[in-house]
Amino acid sequence: MLISYNWLKEYVNIKISPSELADRITKSGIEVEMVESLNKGISGVVVGYVQECIQHPNADKLRVCKVDIGQGEVSQIVCGAPNVAQGQKVAVAVPGAVLPGNFKIKKAKLRGEESHGMICSLQELGVDTKLVPKEYATGIFVMPSDAEPGSDALEFLNLNDHVLELGLTPNRADCLNVIGVAYEVAAILEEEVKLPNTSITTTEEKAEDFISVSIESFEDNPYYGAMIIRDVKIGHSPLWMQNRLMASGIRPINNIVDITNYVLLEYGQPLHAFDYNRLGSKEIVVRRAAEGEHIQTLDDQDRTLKDTHLVITNGTDPIAVAGVMGGATSEVQSDTTNVLLEAAYFASGRVRTASKDLGLRSEASSRYEKGIDRNRVFAAAMRAAGLMAELAGGKVAEGIVEAGKREVNTYSVKMDVSRMNGLLGTNITAEQTGVVFNRLGFSYKETDGHFEVVVPSRRPDITIEADLIEEVGRIYGYDRIPTTYLLSEARPGGLTENQAKRRNIRNYLEGAGLYQAVTYALTTPAKSAHFSFSGEEVYPISVAHPMSEERSTLRMSLLPQLLEVLQYNRNRSMEDLAIYEMGSVFINRQEVLTDLPEEYVFVSGAVTGVFNEHLWQGERKTVDFFVLKGILEGLLDELNLSERITYEAGEIENMHPGRTAIVKLDGISVGFVGQLHPALQKELDLKDTYVFELNATSLLEKETDQMVYQTLPRYPSITRDIALVVDQELPAGDLTTVIQAAGGVLLKEVNLFDLYEGEKMEEGKKSLAFSLKYFDPERTLTDEEVVTAHDRVLKSLEERFGAQLRK
Amino acid sequence: MKDRLEALKVEAIGKINESQDLKDLQAVKVAYLGKKGPITEVLKGMGKLSAEERPVIGAYANEVRDSIQKELDKKQIELEHAAISEKLAKESLDVSLPGRPVKKGNPHPLTAVVTEIEDLFLSMGFTIAEGPEVETDYYNFEALNLPKGHPARDMQDSFFITEDILLRTQTSPVQARTMEKHEGQGPVKIISPGKVYRRDNDDATHSHQFMQIEGLVVDKNVRLSDLKGVLETFAKKMFGEDRKIRLRPSFFPFTEPSVEMDISCFKCSGKGCSICKQTGWIEILGAGMVHPNVLEMAGFDSKKYTGFAFGMGPERIAMLKYGIDDIRHFYANDIRFLKQFKNA
Repeated sequence: MLISYNWLKEYVNIKISPSELADRITKSGIEVEMVESLNKGISGVVVGYVQECIQHPNADKLRVCKVDIGQGEVSQIVCGAPNVAQGQKVAVAVPGAVLPGNFKIKKAKLRGEESHGMICSLQELGVDTKLVPKEYATGIFVMPSDAEPGSDALEFLNLNDHVLELGLTPNRADCLNVIGVAYEVAAILEEEVKLPNTSITTTEEKAEDFISVSIESFEDNPYYGAMIIRDVKIGHSPLWMQNRLMASGIRPINNIVDITNYVLLEYGQPLHAFDYNRLGSKEIVVRRAAEGEHIQTLDDQDRTLKDTHLVITNGTDPIAVAGVMGGATSEVQSDTTNVLLEAAYFASGRVRTASKDLGLRSEASSRYEKGIDRNRVFAAAMRAAGLMAELAGGKVAEGIVEAGKREVNTYSVKMDVSRMNGLLGTNITAEQTGVVFNRLGFSYKETDGHFEVVVPSRRPDITIEADLIEEVGRIYGYDRIPTTYLLSEARPGGLTENQAKRRNIRNYLEGAGLYQAVTYALTTPAKSAHFSFSGEEVYPISVAHPMSEERSTLRMSLLPQLLEVLQYNRNRSMEDLAIYEMGSVFINRQEVLTDLPEEYVFVSGAVTGVFNEHLWQGERKTVDFFVLKGILEGLLDELNLSERITYEAGEIENMHPGRTAIVKLDGISVGFVGQLHPALQKELDLKDTYVFELNATSLLEKETDQMVYQTLPRYPSITRDIALVVDQELPAGDLTTVIQAAGGVLLKEVNLFDLYEGEKMEEGKKSLAFSLKYFDPERTLTDEEVVTAHDRVLKSLEERFGAQLRK
Repeated sequence: MKDRLEALKVEAIGKINESQDLKDLQAVKVAYLGKKGPITEVLKGMGKLSAEERPVIGAYANEVRDSIQKELDKKQIELEHAAISEKLAKESLDVSLPGRPVKKGNPHPLTAVVTEIEDLFLSMGFTIAEGPEVETDYYNFEALNLPKGHPARDMQDSFFITEDILLRTQTSPVQARTMEKHEGQGPVKIISPGKVYRRDNDDATHSHQFMQIEGLVVDKNVRLSDLKGVLETFAKKMFGEDRKIRLRPSFFPFTEPSVEMDISCFKCSGKGCSICKQTGWIEILGAGMVHPNVLEMAGFDSKKYTGFAFGMGPERIAMLKYGIDDIRHFYANDIRFLKQFKNA
């Protein structure tokens, strides 16, 4: 909302500067987003009178003018505006003047003719083109004839004013008009509000003889009032009114339309002026539109209506979409003489629906949507009719033809001073509270700190005690509220075990060399399904109105986005990357989403390029499967799960079929690790890339054993190494499992320390060497015990896998 | 004989001193003190001596042996030291060469900020509450005093999936869910960090996905002045001990009264600069006293219980704290960006 400082001063006494005022308003609850000076660095612009205007001898498009700039001084000015003419009052920038953009005016010669200054358009004075009245849009602005040559043109054009831009929250629709802001400012500055005069003189004609009004549903349209103003003369509105409209961001059109807009800004009441002679009947009927009914709106668009829209009709055809826009057929035009003035209260839901469906948002519709002051409709109608009489020579017929209830009863809200102090932490007295309500213009009754406050109709946002408490608090001043600390008993805060473990996972992965990434949860429908390892039927979840296909569907894996990150960095020549992310994925198993989808926290990583390097020592190791598996093993050990985890060769879409392991916890799949499929690597233009993905939710919901201290060994251990020859396809993990099982309680550690698959081996065979550590915490082992256990191991290996000791 | 022994001693010590290394020394030792050495030879001739001379010469011979052995030992230590020094000299390194890098990543700046805020509130006795990112209309809006058709819903353009399911636009539904779980019994003292989504075009200051941290305290006798106390502690911890805070009245559907908190500008300390847009104040968060309707809907008796809530954007805080100019940096994950936050 744009509020002219000068205009506001008409209703409330303001002794402070625009910026001070802005500061006070902001502190009391309405954020002033900007204070804009309408004078954008202008000086030396005066009113001039064009005495003579002749064709430039050497240029078709230029005119040479003799301009009286006051005190008998007449300057010759060359002007290129097509609309300049003898007898006009214009704004003249004299030599030495400065225009916006620090544009300095000097004497000049234009095609051989002396020019002492410049006749200005409004744009040249810093007014936005879209606010300049259409007839002056491509030329100079012509001022009213009573402007005195030589006087300050900025005063006439109100360009010494300041505009306050208010950032209004939805509850403060009462400040969508100058009078509403005046009430707010009056409360802040402890001043009175002076309302405009709304008394009017009417003729003996009666409005009801010209029009009848009926409403189909009072729920849609609680009140409709129509006034008749006869014999208006369409023309310009006065400059002061045009200036205020422009300062408020509205382009002046003609006196009748300007008056409706002016009163809209002043009272917050949307008004519409119909050309009475073009109504096509003598009745107004407000009803729902028929489905598919048409209307041509003021902007010459043909609109198709729905039965959820409310229309004003002449008894048969729609002549306006209620609260949104008037129709073209009954528009006020230059030959209009009789006006029907509409002042109505439409239900905000009706206006919102139509405005949304038709894509039409106007000053009127946004006010109806946010709610207007029901009890101000009549006063606004009187004000507008009075101005039409005063400024357009109209004759106001007696009475307002109405349907519905003109006013509603006000209500009161109770507030208790002790509860207020309890909520705010203050010691405000009943007397101080009463003062605040007086300043706000709220009437009240009070006994022993119990207030009963009558809420003025302009403030429908106040309905409960807390609303009144806020009013007192903000006017009293939030800076006067003390700082205290919670009285409640101290209870320990802290992370849950699950939260602490998630932090551990992050710390571990960062310690292992991975940088944390945070990516978007929305991706393309295709990517959302990549890397699925749940193996069950799932349905993608797409938002109804995405901003783009790129961000339309919720992810089921973190990897597609992590790969995008790798690509993004690769495109910037960074090829050695190690990243991870921890975030939610969304799994939907319902064909039609009726319940919330399942959400899991996944932790995933992607590593490409060189992982370990120490350049001057010649070390440069690119990532491989075992780098990532090692990181994963460490992570699962960190979570105290490593003994329950197995890795099994498996296939996952988009993964290398021979270099991918499914990670299982207690035999159930919880993720995978492996190399990206070479085809995908090529498509993404990535070098060999290894990734992992784990369902952290599944991992962390498992109970793990409490840590128990193990006595340090007091007896020596015995280590035996074995080198085995086995079939090449046999997974080493199977051997380890069998060794562990066969070794019994004395076998405490099994470590694979050599793998040989070279030419010295028989075709199809490989050699694996293990180191086995035996020990008993209670005593020194005998050789015999170890030999027995070790023989059992060798025997099992031979029986299960035909494993032979390597010679 | 004595003279002969004396001569041998002088000769041996001379040889010892001439030894260049341990090998030379060993040779000298063998040559003079060995079983076939000259001293042994001399002693073999002792039989020819008289009974009086024998012990005298014997004692002298032992003396000579001891002296030579002493000199040998001395020289041995000397030579060993020299050998070690020589070896160490050969082993010396260029200590200015770079060390072997230890692989280490770091948290994303948003995580760094969120963790810092979490830890601060944890230390004040808060716990962390979490909830789904895909939410029902009820928890995201209705339970927060935003019924269908409420104009304040326009403040947040939402990604709806179905008519009743959407990507949460705020972390407040976690507050509603947490209060509901308490079944009308206080105290509730939580913060809820998490991702939220709004239908915005991504640009330098807008992101369709961003983070929020909200806090909620519900108990008997919770006051706006307590909120001020908590927020002041937060502001000083996050932005420096000499920060001042200012509460301005504002509006949120789920709080009444509602406030916005500004902190005095940490760059210019209130004099006015580009960061605070010449106002001396920086807007940090929104807060207020929990709306009675919200309390009641979650099963709390609003006559007995009051509460406060606050919410802030980690992106904004990170941008202010580190001087980041474009919100999209957080989600592009340029490794050169991420690596800068190793000490964050």
